[in-house]
Amino acid sequence: MLKVLFFARIREELDCPGIEVPWEDTVADLDNLQARLCRDGGPRWQEVLNRANMIRAVNQAVVAENTALNDGDEVAFFPPVTGG
Amino acid sequence: MLVVSVQQEDFDISALQRQLLAGEQEEGAVATFTGYVRAANTGREVRSMELEHYPGMTESSIRAILERACKRWPLLAVSVVHRVGRLQPGDQIVWVGVSSAHREASFSACEFIMDYLKNEAPFWKKEEGPQGTSWVEARAGDRERASRWDDDIQP
Repeated sequence: MLKVLFFARIREELDCPGIEVPWEDTVADLDNLQARLCRDGGPRWQEVLNRANMIRAVNQAVVAENTALNDGDEVAFFPPVTGG
Repeated sequence: MLVVSVQQEDFDISALQRQLLAGEQEEGAVATFTGYVRAANTGREVRSMELEHYPGMTESSIRAILERACKRWPLLAVSVVHRVGRLQPGDQIVWVGVSSAHREASFSACEFIMDYLKNEAPFWKKEEGPQGTSWVEARAGDRERASRWDDDIQP
């Protein structure tokens, strides 16, 4: 199982704080997981998750490139941060 | 000493500053920064603000920034408090405190921590005003401020 989380504007636009995706070989890396979410979610998810400034994190660390995933990983999608 | 707190409650600056002192009188310089909610942002009136974070990652990313600061300067204590939830104009949002033997390390580390916090720590601000609600956009200027530290010669 992969735990997928969405934050801030992304969470609002998808109307979804997070979902669980059953583990299988077809979601074994970040790009493939994202493609799966877009396919299952439809045009709205396709548009929101492919925004140019999207930040992706695996197990609470930001990743700049595609990366391998393992069963049990936590993946997050969020917009550029604006704290402080 | 390295302390990170992400909390809804307000904080007491003088109590936080006292906690930077270990009691051995080694500290010669404490530098602190406090961030507040402004009543207007990019010309728009702000009546309230909602601060969202990523529990777990927010704390660990701030901790990583503090550890980087401790490697770069000879610091005695570093502390960050950041609020989440609903805030009003005038409210304190964030506090950074640094103690060291001399002022240069404290001043520099305090600014370094704040610059990286704004760019790396997962917080998101949503402002509410007469025109409705809107997510605050990240500013390119904040990224540039943090990247200044990349090229600096290590002390």
